[in-house]
Amino acid sequence: RKIIFEKQWFYLDNAIGHIYGTTFEVTSGGNLQPKQEVEETTTETKEAGTDNRNIVDDGKSQKLTHDDIKALKDKGIKGQEIVQQLIENSTTFRDKTEFAQDKYIKKKKKKYEAVITIVKPSTRILSTMYYAREPGKINHLRYDTLAQMLTLGNIHAGNKMIVMETCSGLVLGAVMERMGGYGSIIQMYPGGGPVRAATSCFGFPKPFFDNLHEFPLSKVQSLLSGTFTTETLPADPEDNALVEEESNGLTEEKQTSLQETEEEPTAEAALESNPTEEQDAMDISAEDAEFKENKEKENKENVREKHIKQWERRKKLLEAAALLREKNADGLIVASKFHPTPLLLSLLEFVAPSRPFVVYCQYKEPLLECYTKLRERGGVINLKLSETWLRNYQVLPDRSHPKLTMSGGGGYLLSGITVILDKGKSDSSNSEALKMEEPSSKRCRLQDLPC
Amino acid sequence: MSFVEYGDTIKDGDTAIVFLGHESMFPVKVQHGTVTQTKYGVIRHSTDLIGKKYGSKVTCSKGGWVFILHPTPELWTMNLPHRTQILYSTDISIITMMLELKPGSIVCESGTGSGSLSHALIRTVAPTGHLYTVEFHQQRAEKAREEFREHGVEHLVTVTNQDVCKNGFGVSNVADAVFLDIPSPWEAIGHAKSALKAEGGRICSFSPCIEQVQRTCLAMEEYGFTEINTLEILLRVYNVRTISLQIPDLGKAAEDNSSTGFDSSNPSHHGSPCANLQQGTVQFKSGVPLREVVGHTGYLTFATKS
Repeated sequence: RKIIFEKQWFYLDNAIGHIYGTTFEVTSGGNLQPKQEVEETTTETKEAGTDNRNIVDDGKSQKLTHDDIKALKDKGIKGQEIVQQLIENSTTFRDKTEFAQDKYIKKKKKKYEAVITIVKPSTRILSTMYYAREPGKINHLRYDTLAQMLTLGNIHAGNKMIVMETCSGLVLGAVMERMGGYGSIIQMYPGGGPVRAATSCFGFPKPFFDNLHEFPLSKVQSLLSGTFTTETLPADPEDNALVEEESNGLTEEKQTSLQETEEEPTAEAALESNPTEEQDAMDISAEDAEFKENKEKENKENVREKHIKQWERRKKLLEAAALLREKNADGLIVASKFHPTPLLLSLLEFVAPSRPFVVYCQYKEPLLECYTKLRERGGVINLKLSETWLRNYQVLPDRSHPKLTMSGGGGYLLSGITVILDKGKSDSSNSEALKMEEPSSKRCRLQDLPC
Repeated sequence: MSFVEYGDTIKDGDTAIVFLGHESMFPVKVQHGTVTQTKYGVIRHSTDLIGKKYGSKVTCSKGGWVFILHPTPELWTMNLPHRTQILYSTDISIITMMLELKPGSIVCESGTGSGSLSHALIRTVAPTGHLYTVEFHQQRAEKAREEFREHGVEHLVTVTNQDVCKNGFGVSNVADAVFLDIPSPWEAIGHAKSALKAEGGRICSFSPCIEQVQRTCLAMEEYGFTEINTLEILLRVYNVRTISLQIPDLGKAAEDNSSTGFDSSNPSHHGSPCANLQQGTVQFKSGVPLREVVGHTGYLTFATKS
């Protein structure tokens, strides 16, 4: 399969069998070749200037023309050699300072020496990649912010987590990685189904998905009010009809149809694997006749298969609903394009007391409102609105400095811990007392400020 | 209770967090017959704590009350007894993710210090991973061992009392990740490399000074580490406040003020502090930075062995 990356195309076949972290060179045919450790050719006499007082930008320092370089490239000459040619034909290279020479070589190498390293997927790699390449798809959730979410949410093996995200499944994948297949996750999804494009990039083993459940956001209200039933489940009328039909049918019929689907694939597999053996072929043709007879049945079976899928989906949904109904989740993670307040006010109902929750939002203002509404609702403490800044550094001998500051753009987090909510109005006076007691001093101070 | 597993009810021997309100909290060791003094009065463990659910409101003798929370590495970090400078959750978060830690990971750490990071590492690698932590200070090593026992995580951690720069981590070719928080990490890079698995792994070094970072980076390069990357992470916390700004009197008619669409939807919150003035105020919600200056904790240098 042909893959295009950074204006290069190549086939991955040659990369199989190498360990992760192997660096490859892209050859002209699109094949990959493991790159050997290159001894830096530093043997040549190093000549360098001390400053740039005599270096004039006349645009003529490079003696090779565009066409020359293109010709070199077309000849399939190694990138390393092209870089060497460029250096030799640069009149100013020798006058540049050692550091500038270093920088020049690095820049040219980046352009002409196409090397790629194949690494194992992880939250680190994928979240960095998504933030750099597709920030819109993950609501501009920067990787350090995601790291905070995982820690603030105390994500670990054995948890029963509720995750509501519209980040292509990246947040879900990060939570799954930290839980290592232990415990359960209920993913709340908007619309027709959960998006897990990024989740699939992690390459999780199959058992990780055994305890991954999903539940439609649109059914949360009915679940909370107790009116949730599976009858009302399918969103579109077509599905509705199917389910009704199915619920009228006998359970026995369902079981037989289930068995049939189990057998069917194996039969098909046999068909495919033994076509060369004559005896089998005979058998098959005999079977074929039977198959034709059953052709009309097939249509029915298609409908049945649909039913089975429906039925399985419904079973999974019921499981998820049952898990949620216990209202003892170990945490809540929200990172979506929706307004966080209604999500939080509803979904926190499913979380046990003394458990952390974290809400991500690209913007601060909705979280300010969310903070206020949660305070009014009660049942939460230690509310914290925060943001992280990330600064990368260049560390080189005598050339160390910050690379860039990433302020803003990484999003904001609101986190807190659930506690047992006071029941009845008798305690409400008490909780009001707390509200007054706690922030009143702050308020007073602030109120004074504008004066 | 355990730091790696949630429990519902408070039991004898648990470590619980007493939450007094507004970032004020402390840990208690729950024991029959013991009492704990708070500014709201006495908490009697046998009757007030044991058997209650985590997250409960507990009324103290003076009528005031507190919340009792399930311990987590993050709450522990905020409340642990300091024996050294500690790493806080902001740095810990990025360290955990950048070291690619997950259940089953084998991690080497030095020094153990006050065990702030250790608890977070253990939480993440449990139930099948392990932490090998090295502390050259004997008392601190002892104390850490004791805490891990109390917190029900001793099976997930091995504390070794030796000098990591001289003697290494006591294990070789087993670790997926190594973390260094010592004054001269460059002296331990070689040991770190041999502690990491043959197929590779990740390393992180935490240093407050850039000179330490430079020496560490050089050492990492020398030992063939790749993907060397130094970063710094800063936390900004915001207080959510309702701010009222007074409208200046420019001699305009009062009606003009009301027509400019000022948000007066929250007048019930509290009266204007400047009620003596005839002018209106504008109220709005704001996230106000807690501190003016964001502190520096340390530079984090990450690299890969492959």
